[in-house]
Amino acid sequence: MSGTGTALQDTPHAPGTGALLEVEDLRTSFASPRGEVGAVNGVSLSIQRGRTLGIVGESGSGKSVLSRSIMGLLPPTATRTGRIGFEGMDLSEWTDSRYRDLWGTEMAMIFQDPMTALNPVMRIGRQITESLRFHLDMDRSTAQETAVELLRSVRIPEPEKRFRSYPHEMSGGMRQRVVIAVALACGPKLLFADEPTTALDVTVQAQVLDLLAEQQRDRFMAMILVTHDLGVVAGRAHEIAVMYAGRVVERAPTAELFANMKMPYTEALLAAIPKLADPPHTRLAAIGGLPPDLVDPPPGCPFAPRCPYARERCHRERPELVAVDGNPEHQYACHYPVDSPETIEIKDRMIAQQMIEDPSAPVSPPVIGGSDGR
Amino acid sequence: MAGSGSAQLRDPNAALLRVENLVMEFPVGRGRKVSAVANLSFDLQRGETLGLVGESGCGKSTTGKAIMQLPRPTKGSVRLGDTELTGLRASELRATRPRMQMIFQDPISSLNPRRTVADIVEEPLRIWRLGDAAARREKVREVLDAVGINFEVAAERKPHEFSGGQCQRISIARALVTEPELIICDEPVSALDVSVQAQILNLLEDMKRRYGLTLVFVAHDLAVVKNVSDRVAVMYLGKLCEMSPPQALYTQPAHPYTAALLAAIPVPDPAVDAHEGDHLGGDLPSPIDPPSGCRFRTRCDRATDVCVQAEPQMQMVAEGHFVACHHPLVTPVEISR
Repeated sequence: MSGTGTALQDTPHAPGTGALLEVEDLRTSFASPRGEVGAVNGVSLSIQRGRTLGIVGESGSGKSVLSRSIMGLLPPTATRTGRIGFEGMDLSEWTDSRYRDLWGTEMAMIFQDPMTALNPVMRIGRQITESLRFHLDMDRSTAQETAVELLRSVRIPEPEKRFRSYPHEMSGGMRQRVVIAVALACGPKLLFADEPTTALDVTVQAQVLDLLAEQQRDRFMAMILVTHDLGVVAGRAHEIAVMYAGRVVERAPTAELFANMKMPYTEALLAAIPKLADPPHTRLAAIGGLPPDLVDPPPGCPFAPRCPYARERCHRERPELVAVDGNPEHQYACHYPVDSPETIEIKDRMIAQQMIEDPSAPVSPPVIGGSDGR
Repeated sequence: MAGSGSAQLRDPNAALLRVENLVMEFPVGRGRKVSAVANLSFDLQRGETLGLVGESGCGKSTTGKAIMQLPRPTKGSVRLGDTELTGLRASELRATRPRMQMIFQDPISSLNPRRTVADIVEEPLRIWRLGDAAARREKVREVLDAVGINFEVAAERKPHEFSGGQCQRISIARALVTEPELIICDEPVSALDVSVQAQILNLLEDMKRRYGLTLVFVAHDLAVVKNVSDRVAVMYLGKLCEMSPPQALYTQPAHPYTAALLAAIPVPDPAVDAHEGDHLGGDLPSPIDPPSGCRFRTRCDRATDVCVQAEPQMQMVAEGHFVACHHPLVTPVEISR
């Protein structure tokens, strides 16, 4: 999908119009006793300022490793290749010490767990002023004023008082607001939010997502929102990339993706979510089986072993990411997308046999050992 | 919501589980205590699934554990069939354990990493000395088979060789092996991916049918709870707000808190504007010093003076649908009881 996406192929680097981040053929693997684990296998993406990209996938799809690869937050066992263009710079060969100048001021990350993202023995005020003083060279009192303002902007009540609190004195939702304030402190242009609300209650989740959207708009940041929940990104991302086994398998502007899904995996992911509109005890469309082994991935489409529409070709030949006719922004990697005659034929047969509710039913005895025997 | 009362209780003879005026308090030093569950009453008929929902800290998990007498409730009554659990001596309580089992949130840490799957699933049978070795082995094979784990392949393996979803299947098998009447499921799918979550929810429904189970399903995800429940109880800060069959609760919530919870659910449909709508502000108040009157009043936009002074009692708004609120969104019906 290199070079495609939202109005960014040709735009020259006029401020605010070109892509802030352009990633091409990014690959990240980890050394393990069983061999190289290919966590990210050739991902290309781009994002402009002021836009939100949602990255969706199951555990192990490589979505978190992707954002950490871009941010240069990988452990020494990892190998990263590919091109990462950020504001005209090529970060591919950057070392940690060069990256350090970007962290906070250019790109920042909000982690999933607000309980462990903060230092438990440091007052929250100091956790914010630390980066202000280090990166922006503020003096103590200016940093303190700025920090209090930041706490106010993430809607923490009584920010002057909270400035002196320790993390354990605050609730999970409040702590996640502090984490957001820390991430925003030095005015990053690109914000990664890695499952920012997974550890939070649904009511607090809505507050935090609203807050992130507001800050993103006000600061004209680019945001990459990583989540396993299509529901979280549906109303909040401009564009969505669905990942599976370390690849982007479908990518489109949000409305287009939901209106015109191509990839059976995207369809299955959406179908598996319990719907509020369904009556109780509605049978859910589970996706049978397990994601593929990333040490020794199957030769064909990585989703083929779990795909109800897979044909012989899918097991043999890996589909490349291609654009929908007449819509270069919508790309998918599938030989037989959900609206192809071949797939419709299988679907019709399943409906006739009343299997469609649960294409994978009965839950096949999961494959134990073999590909999963880690 | 900070509601008490027992209008929602049904015929005691038909109930498998009847919880009345359950109180659970934990001392936190200097004479203060956390009021985790306060005056909670509900019942469950055989074959029913009760969904318990609410935010973290609302007491839903504590309620699940209090039914199991883990630890024993501070006050109140928990009856399983004809047995009053709260009054039992430790040895008598142990004897009731095979009748009620629990499934926990984190499937990996709830299985002993150093034991084999066959050992883990068989352990309850060994503890209760149910059957001889061959019969136990056969039972383990049957329940593993029922949850979709191949006995031949899995029996001698250890939990770390399985994925989260498979570990949750093993936990379910372990809970089923004593042929319990009641299973308390404490957030059984919260740690799982949506695809696996759907598998486990389907499996729980199958097991419920196959073994005639009664379930208490504790969860924070309202869509999940709607999918599995026959009745849903919404809790807030240790109190019951609303109790109803799921259809009525979701289409016509009577309690402002239920409505707020529903409004906060992210909908997988970009046509729905996620930024709009009234999202509940603020945080849960401290359970050490809960608000007077209705415990929800500090976050409720319908609150008035009466909510400060008096605790709302459970009242009926429709057949089987009860709410504890002074200003419900649905007008209560007068009933004489």
